[in-house]
Amino acid sequence: MQSPDPVAASITGSSTRTGPAPWQDRIGAGPEHSPAAPLSIHDMTVAYHRKPVLWDVDLDIPEGKLVGIVGPNGAGKSTLIKAAMDLIPRASGRVLIYGQPYRQQRHLVGYVPQRESVDWDFPVSALDVVTMGRYGRMGWIRPVTRAHRAAAMEALQRVGVGELAHRQISQLSGGQQQRVFLARALVQEARLYFMDEPFAAVDAATEKAIVRILQDLRAAGRTALVVHHDLQTVREYFDYVILLNMRVVAHGPTEQVFTPENLQKTYGGRLTLLDQAAEALRRGSPR
Amino acid sequence: MMVLGSQLWAVLTLQDYNTRVVVLGTAALGMAAGMIGTFMLLRKRALLGDALSHSALPGIAVAFLVMAGAGGSGKWLPGLLLGATLSGVLGIAWIVLIRSWTRLKEDAALGIVLSVLFGAGVALLGIIQHMASGSAAGLEGFIYGKPASMLQADAIAMAVTAAAIAVLCSVLFKELQLLCFDPGFARAQGWPVARLDWFLMALVTAVTVIGLQAVGLILVLALLVIPPAAARFWTERLWRMFVGSALIGALSGMVGASVSALVPRLPAGAIIVLVAAGIFLLSLLLAPQRGALPRLWRHGVLRRTVARQHLLRSLYEMSEPAGGRGGVPLSALLARRSWSAGELRRELRRARRQGLVQVVEGLVELTPPGLQQAQRLVRNHRLWELYLITHADVAASHVDRDADALEHVLGRQMVSELENLLSAQVRTEVPRSPHVLSEGTHAR
Repeated sequence: MQSPDPVAASITGSSTRTGPAPWQDRIGAGPEHSPAAPLSIHDMTVAYHRKPVLWDVDLDIPEGKLVGIVGPNGAGKSTLIKAAMDLIPRASGRVLIYGQPYRQQRHLVGYVPQRESVDWDFPVSALDVVTMGRYGRMGWIRPVTRAHRAAAMEALQRVGVGELAHRQISQLSGGQQQRVFLARALVQEARLYFMDEPFAAVDAATEKAIVRILQDLRAAGRTALVVHHDLQTVREYFDYVILLNMRVVAHGPTEQVFTPENLQKTYGGRLTLLDQAAEALRRGSPR
Repeated sequence: MMVLGSQLWAVLTLQDYNTRVVVLGTAALGMAAGMIGTFMLLRKRALLGDALSHSALPGIAVAFLVMAGAGGSGKWLPGLLLGATLSGVLGIAWIVLIRSWTRLKEDAALGIVLSVLFGAGVALLGIIQHMASGSAAGLEGFIYGKPASMLQADAIAMAVTAAAIAVLCSVLFKELQLLCFDPGFARAQGWPVARLDWFLMALVTAVTVIGLQAVGLILVLALLVIPPAAARFWTERLWRMFVGSALIGALSGMVGASVSALVPRLPAGAIIVLVAAGIFLLSLLLAPQRGALPRLWRHGVLRRTVARQHLLRSLYEMSEPAGGRGGVPLSALLARRSWSAGELRRELRRARRQGLVQVVEGLVELTPPGLQQAQRLVRNHRLWELYLITHADVAASHVDRDADALEHVLGRQMVSELENLLSAQVRTEVPRSPHVLSEGTHAR
């Protein structure tokens, strides 16, 4: 995917340079939303059992950015991306993916769930799991073809675990499992990626590999929203941040938004985390 | 004995018509349950089958009452099974409602519905038996199962169910695999996860209702759970687990029904479940990769290898100034590593048996083959240490332990790679240790 695939190339081309994009004549977005925004959330509230976990989220994410979603535990980071993909119901509000509701734009979205969300003792190989990323475009009943497997193999090699393709997935290390999940999202060939804590409990080599893939995606004009925990690396990894604590405390380009004041507002009295962040800011470039 | 043997032969070769119907019918049932059970187990919904079968009982009783009230005998099987299906589905719907409208978790919802409906069923059966007509006899057959009462039509129904499930699961294999592995991802891709779940439930309902007659509602769960759980031990691929589970289910049904046909008054449902459990136990113990005994065996082999390598390396290093020749007192050997006197003696005994060490005048020494092996081991160990120090930046004081942990798994290819990497530093046969060897190092 280093050389942009024809579909993506034609889409990105039309959105940035040449005439009206194919979707522009059928958008239903209000004037406050730019139709080309990969993700545009308006006035979204999400509740579990009537207890709101996310309030009044208003966001427009620009294209081609790596976006970090940062906030304390229970801030609703995972909830934000799940609600954006209609995986949990919204109490109110509207989410548009490239100007359309998610259900019409699923093929443009790739997803890396939290690693602990599945049972890794499941009887499938790494290659089987990555192939699942293609199921969406295969459709009902259609069997997995050699071409799908080849694409999955390529993605596994791209994330550096090609030689483990035929291992059962519980025989992979945590970092390798995370790479398999990333490879599965890559074969979705999406324009917008949602990643739920891809850096959680991975080794340094895997972290580097994931960052490199993220940068490749950005270079190809893709957008990624990444739930992230490590404040030290936010400035290094992300162009854009969403600071979240049940509400959006701030969002925007990292250098403008990732400030001690905003972090204070996001994390409140949680001093240890704040100290970490302050340290990161003092040093300018983290790590 | 002769009689039993010929009887067994007659049953297994399906010569008797009735036995043929029963054995083939239960085999088909076992197969169907094994197939659908694979997905239920992996979806972690196996117990829903139990709730379903237990909630079927009041439906059977009500259907009997309705049919008897309408003037029939009340024991028309399709009618009874329709009642079973309806109340089973109601039970599941109830569980889903409890789960989504309260904060109770699935296990609590399941326990409530299963026991309440089963209790209602038992109460209704009691009422039916108190009513005048004695025609209700036989309804308890649904609780424990009564395959002997199976007719050809029932066996055909089971075979058709099994065939339909085989076709449906094969066609939707990829969808069901994704549903069971990662339902969240499936939904994000737009698959109708709830409908796929209902589809699975419908198949389980079909198997359960049809299985009520053969194994009874208490034990039908066993056919849904045990075959896939046993099959899982033999493979790491879903497709093979699916086929294996179908085969184990069919075999359990066949053998169980045959045995109970031979021995009067052995309840078939229980025998079928016990046969399945026997296969499960064998799988648990013997399966080559995941089975308990092969794992224990592999663990033991590795432990013995590691112990032998430690012994040989210690002996060599302690007599290294003398080129690995010369004896070492047992006490010095004991002090060198953290092994107990018992462990050391056992290891020495084993090494002597293998001709690697000998004891001369109370001193332990390497035999020529032992020396050869020890030299190779020490060489690998030190190559690995050098590699860790020069390439992985491990401190010299820690390197011994790290090398210790890894050297036992060094393959020949890795060793030759190490040699290539370190050829500049290593010219001698056995390179010098890159760190100071610990106390008690030198032989007297």
